[in-house]
Amino acid sequence: MNPLAQLCEAALFSAARPLTVEELATLDPDTALPDVRAALEELREHYDFDQHGVELVELAGGYQVLSRPLHAAAIERAQFSVRGTRLTPAALETLAVIAYRQPVGRAEIEEIRGVSAGGVLRSLQERGLIEVVGRSEALGRPLLYGTAPLFLELLGLRDLTDLPKAEELTVALQPHRPEAEGPDDAEAYVPAES
Amino acid sequence: MTVRDVAPPTAALGAEPAFVVRLDAFAGPLDLLLHLLREEQIEIADIPIARICDQFLQAIHELGLNQAADYLEMASRLVRLKVQMLLPRNLDDEGWEDPRAELVRRLLEYQQIREIAQWLGSAAERRSERLARGYLPAPPEQPPMPLTLDLMEMLQAVERVIAAIPVPVLHRVVARPLDVEGAMRRIEALLEAREEIGWLDALGPTPAIADLLSVLLALLELARRGALVLRQPAPFAPMVIARESTRPTL
Repeated sequence: MNPLAQLCEAALFSAARPLTVEELATLDPDTALPDVRAALEELREHYDFDQHGVELVELAGGYQVLSRPLHAAAIERAQFSVRGTRLTPAALETLAVIAYRQPVGRAEIEEIRGVSAGGVLRSLQERGLIEVVGRSEALGRPLLYGTAPLFLELLGLRDLTDLPKAEELTVALQPHRPEAEGPDDAEAYVPAES
Repeated sequence: MTVRDVAPPTAALGAEPAFVVRLDAFAGPLDLLLHLLREEQIEIADIPIARICDQFLQAIHELGLNQAADYLEMASRLVRLKVQMLLPRNLDDEGWEDPRAELVRRLLEYQQIREIAQWLGSAAERRSERLARGYLPAPPEQPPMPLTLDLMEMLQAVERVIAAIPVPVLHRVVARPLDVEGAMRRIEALLEAREEIGWLDALGPTPAIADLLSVLLALLELARRGALVLRQPAPFAPMVIARESTRPTL
């Protein structure tokens, strides 16, 4: 393996979080970003070709060395590691609204889900999955929420574009709900679904 | 949508043994509503409001008040829709808007969020099959190392500390005894020469605060003894100090 790939492997092994290509490039002052990418590609092929128990995974805008799914059950049985706690349905729904509508305020989340969201928002914020990204200009200047980098990490997504596209969903997505502005809004919905 | 919307008798619903709804299994009123529609295999776009409304009310009947808040809002909405659907309308009325449109929109939107949530859930599940390197949490903060330093270092440190102490601002209070006796003598001497004197005459050329206070006290004391009379001809006018003998006889 080329020395840069070895260096990247060592760095990825020692880090407790995904590292970006830019971060990995700081390991060696003489390294350009394409070199790092090539080194990472080499490392990935190396893991795959030799059937390693770990693989190089691209997530949350960076790279991380993770064990292959095949071994999860045995490792857990031996209690060498544990999976994170599962997200509740309420937490997943709230994350879904925030992921697609961000920046979004609590009122809109509650409107879409039909239930109060205070508790869920607080626990998602405590877990570092969402963060306050600003304040709305609306009355009372309510907080606006967006997804945090940990959200991508927890779901194994490279970035937000990894989320299913509107057209991939069974129900067509309305990216921005029309705010009762014209008389044609009400009709726009009904015939579309019939 | 006229015949179907006529509500079946609500009592009959309770008799159906299949209709058992556990509300804590639902994420909220929209979830419950979707469940009811699925049970009945109803198209979301064409909801028989009256029937669904009754079923909804039946389902939330058991709820405690705290849980019920979210559901009651939806219940009142459904009841209102039910009433609106009962209103007669002309079939050729172009301006008629289906009152259910907003509910349909919300249900579809919520259904979509549910679908995304499911996708997120399975993504999280897939991700949790891959384990990252375990790492130990950071050790608790160590107590500071014991100090090792010689006498000179310590003295220098003490000097630095002392130098850093700001010079205290002290206010020295000097007692300046009031010379009331002297002022009395001076006023008496002035009154020997003239029958009336002004306040400024009594005060002298460049009075300090102590002098002013001395004169004031002296004047009050002399007035008390009856040696002189203090008079103010008009409000805010300068005070006139006069010999006792000149007091006008009233």
